[in-house]
Amino acid sequence: MSIRAQRRVLPGFGLTMGITVLYLSLIVLIPLATLPARTMTMSWAAFRETITDPRVVASYRLSLGASLVAAAVNAVFGALVAWVLARYSFPGRRLVDALIDLPFALPTAVAGIVLTTLYAPTGWLGAPLADRGINVAFTPLGVTVALIFTGLPFVVRTLQPVIEDLDPELEEAATSLGGSRADVLLRIVFPNLFPAWLTGFALAFARAIGEYGSVVFISGNMPMRTEISPLLIVTKLEQYDYAGATAIAVVMLIISFVLLLAINGLQSWARRRVAP
Amino acid sequence: MRLTIKTIARAAALAVVVIAAFSVSAAAQTLLNASYDPTRELYQEFNAAFIKYWKGKTGQTIAIRQSHGGSGGQARAVIDGLEADVVTLALAYDIDAIAQSGLISAGWQKRLSQNSSPYTSTVVFLVRKGNPKGIKDWADLAKPGIQIITPNPKTSGGARWNYLAAWGYMLRQPGGTEDKARQFVTDLYRKVPVLDSGARGATITFVQRRLGDVLLAWENEAYLALDESPGQLEIVVPSISILAEPPVAVVDKVVDRKGTRAIAEAYLQYLYSPEGQEIAAKRHYRPRDQAVAARFASSFAKVKLFTVDEAFGGWQKAQKAHFADGGVFDQIYKPGR
Repeated sequence: MSIRAQRRVLPGFGLTMGITVLYLSLIVLIPLATLPARTMTMSWAAFRETITDPRVVASYRLSLGASLVAAAVNAVFGALVAWVLARYSFPGRRLVDALIDLPFALPTAVAGIVLTTLYAPTGWLGAPLADRGINVAFTPLGVTVALIFTGLPFVVRTLQPVIEDLDPELEEAATSLGGSRADVLLRIVFPNLFPAWLTGFALAFARAIGEYGSVVFISGNMPMRTEISPLLIVTKLEQYDYAGATAIAVVMLIISFVLLLAINGLQSWARRRVAP
Repeated sequence: MRLTIKTIARAAALAVVVIAAFSVSAAAQTLLNASYDPTRELYQEFNAAFIKYWKGKTGQTIAIRQSHGGSGGQARAVIDGLEADVVTLALAYDIDAIAQSGLISAGWQKRLSQNSSPYTSTVVFLVRKGNPKGIKDWADLAKPGIQIITPNPKTSGGARWNYLAAWGYMLRQPGGTEDKARQFVTDLYRKVPVLDSGARGATITFVQRRLGDVLLAWENEAYLALDESPGQLEIVVPSISILAEPPVAVVDKVVDRKGTRAIAEAYLQYLYSPEGQEIAAKRHYRPRDQAVAARFASSFAKVKLFTVDEAFGGWQKAQKAHFADGGVFDQIYKPGR
């Protein structure tokens, strides 16, 4: 009767775990497994040629680079926004709070068209910037701007509840014990927020890598310069080259997975350090 | 809430009613037409006309659903199981792809007259009002200081017609060779600042963002843009251009399973009728019917036209040589050139 002996305090483990495995398999694992399966239909040489094509490599560089920069920018400013929303009360706070989620709700193509109109050399923001020699639309910078837009909610929404839970008395206690403002920020606030902050960063980054709709309009899609990897996948599909398309997708998937795994590792290390 | 026999029975009864209601509505014949983006207005009007015609002829009430998207994407959707009875796409290459999957029988393009293309179009230039850069013909596009807007031929079917039109123009000039055509097309694409992924995107870039001096567009798209921003644009018709033949086909496997072959075939035939031809002409597609064409003669500029079959030996060959990975178009953008 060893099973009975191992009975857990919280009932329902078997049932919920079973449903979890089934759900994850149906929603995530099986669709993702078909990717490599499709890729298997091509030879190793063809696979290597597809994924190392200079144009494809240039697109990885842009997709990953722009996604990292966008996630980093959002990490800084998103944290600020989350702090302001959680800690201060001011007229219109609820409105700003609701505004944050709009990039989630807006169809990405609409976001792309709006941003392009705004930042094109003839647009409201694009024209004055172009006068100063800064082109945003149809450059890698434009791609980054679109990714910042779509990634903003992730950092704000992951940090906000953590900041709300962070007791201001903790900071007051530190101050009364003689800690300077910098001490409070670096030794109290930052370590407590760090894990959630990383999660927000990872989510924004992951979303940016796969983003297609908002980017294709503002990127201009010039080969070698502003082609993102998802566009090259669509290009392959347009030629009915399913295997080639999935080959690029597999590479993107592996890169993203490794990066997300690294971020998760960093996160649990940070969490262990914070926990007393 | 307690589940009693009574509530269960009620729920079951309701379910039966709902299912019955659905199956009744499904009994009326429904046709799905998978088409590409710029035909939206055309088929809206045509479907209404056909429903009326079919009712008058057979007394049967039918419904027609439309699905629009990029031509290649629509073809993939049909291959992957979209139950379209008919496809009306931008180029034969996309219907060929459906045929290769076995859903449409080989030789589909011979089944209807005129290469299965009931209406045609051609590639024209859209320029700013007053034609400030003095663009008259293809050769003017290569002049210094001209920016050209055209979508990416790798992702847009319409853009492939633009590319082939430019190539065919050079080929048909005195002393024109494949090498010269290649040089000409390379020069043109060097002047393209933005490669939008679709034709409508390119139109927005040109008309609303005011980028570039000339937009290469299908005639019907150019007229649509003209109507939407009156007084800002002009159409320039080059001396020679390509005959764009957007083909139509019945999806054999789907209609045979659904039992809609008779309606689907009549639907496509009706595109060739005077009524269908007139609707196409009103939407700025060039009609095939001589009588209708004569009546709309003033709406379409006279231009020498060549077909893909004449200049490139068909879509399969053109696709392979120019737009496949590593093809001529890719080589234009090869680094280090």
